Amino acid sequence: MKILVMGPGCPKCEQAEKNVRDAVAEAGIAADIQKVKDFQEIAKYGVFSTPAVVIDGEVKVVGKAPSKKDVLSWLK
Amino acid sequence: MSEQNNISCACEGGEPKAVETGGGTGKGVGRILVLQILAVAAWYALYLQLLPFSEWFAYGLLGLDPVSHLGSAVQFFVYDTPKVLMLLLLVVYGVGILRSFVTVNWTRSFLAGKRESAGNVLAALLGVVTPFCSCSAVPLFIGFMTAGIPLGVTFSFLIAAPMVNEIALVLLYGLLGWKIAALYFATGISIAVVAGWVMGRMRLEPYVEDWVREIRAGEATDEPHMTWKDRFTYALDSVRDIVGRVWKYVVLGIAVGAAIHGYVPEGELAGIMGSEAWWSVPLSVLLGIPMYTNAAGVIPVVEALLGKGAALGTTLAFMMSVIALSFPEMVILRKVLKPRLIAAFILVVGCGILIVGYLFNAII
Repeated sequence: MKILVMGPGCPKCEQAEKNVRDAVAEAGIAADIQKVKDFQEIAKYGVFSTPAVVIDGEVKVVGKAPSKKDVLSWLK
Repeated sequence: MSEQNNISCACEGGEPKAVETGGGTGKGVGRILVLQILAVAAWYALYLQLLPFSEWFAYGLLGLDPVSHLGSAVQFFVYDTPKVLMLLLLVVYGVGILRSFVTVNWTRSFLAGKRESAGNVLAALLGVVTPFCSCSAVPLFIGFMTAGIPLGVTFSFLIAAPMVNEIALVLLYGLLGWKIAALYFATGISIAVVAGWVMGRMRLEPYVEDWVREIRAGEATDEPHMTWKDRFTYALDSVRDIVGRVWKYVVLGIAVGAAIHGYVPEGELAGIMGSEAWWSVPLSVLLGIPMYTNAAGVIPVVEALLGKGAALGTTLAFMMSVIALSFPEMVILRKVLKPRLIAAFILVVGCGILIVGYLFNAII
């Protein structure tokens, strides 16, 4: 499973990354979590508001940091 | 384009916490609606009690004299703090529900088909309600550009979004009255519309960084479908997030207001920021550029300035400059804009703010 956390590094983006990492740890799944800071890369996914989370190419949330519970529901 | 360290932005510390919503999916909506109506009724009943309560508290319980400085300051503080916080709760919740519809992607596709002028007005108004934070300015700018939205229309949005929002309006209303809130709304939107339109006339497209113009953005992703329940949850989250962040400014602002109410002699600042000094308006605009805070943070300062006898136009100019023209935001936008375009932005918006400042100093 490949998870991309998109955002230039503002506090909300860090919150998003932390929640994703926590959720992955809690679910006990092996996932490759990457932070995407490059705006060109972000735009390629059709994401115009950060933070955003993309799992296996599918955009799950745009413009807000998901809660750990949200992320857990996507991991199933 | 990649190295970007932690940017201090107006939306720091936003940690939406998960709201536990239990129960079934469909039938919950009716119950939530009923609960909401009850909550609004309770809100209103409580709101009506604030004034009598504050008077009882200050004059009855504490036994202060209603005509004394201390008495009126205490009564003002005990009345205004819950009043403004309650207004904030209600408005932020309402705007939160609105915001669950008006997402960045929706705004982007809505504005894509619009001409200039009408587009400028719509963009400025949407800037008020679309969820936006200055950290998100760059992806949003790219999104607007790739959707073919004219540069001037994009700027109308980018100017209005941080400057005119529900938090600023509620705080202005609660602390300084509805006239100043309305004035701020009208002038803020006007500046965004006119400055965006002027920038559209200036043919600045070549000064957008080349890589932005070459971007082929992916299809905007479909927003995940939101049920009404999701929207209520979203609104509740934004209440926690926003009110949790802003309440300290509210209390500070009201404390400042209460102090002025009771003690500070008027006219101290009148020499510097009063309407008679012609250079006071440009000076406040210049002072405002390096300062950076969100609308909530600047309002206590504004209140103190007004209370000390600063002229309204000068104070509004200062507030707008602090919020709309900020050095950190320029640094963020520098990733997508060449220096000339940034200079044009500062110049055009700065002139707009100057005009507003002089106008209000002249007529009020």
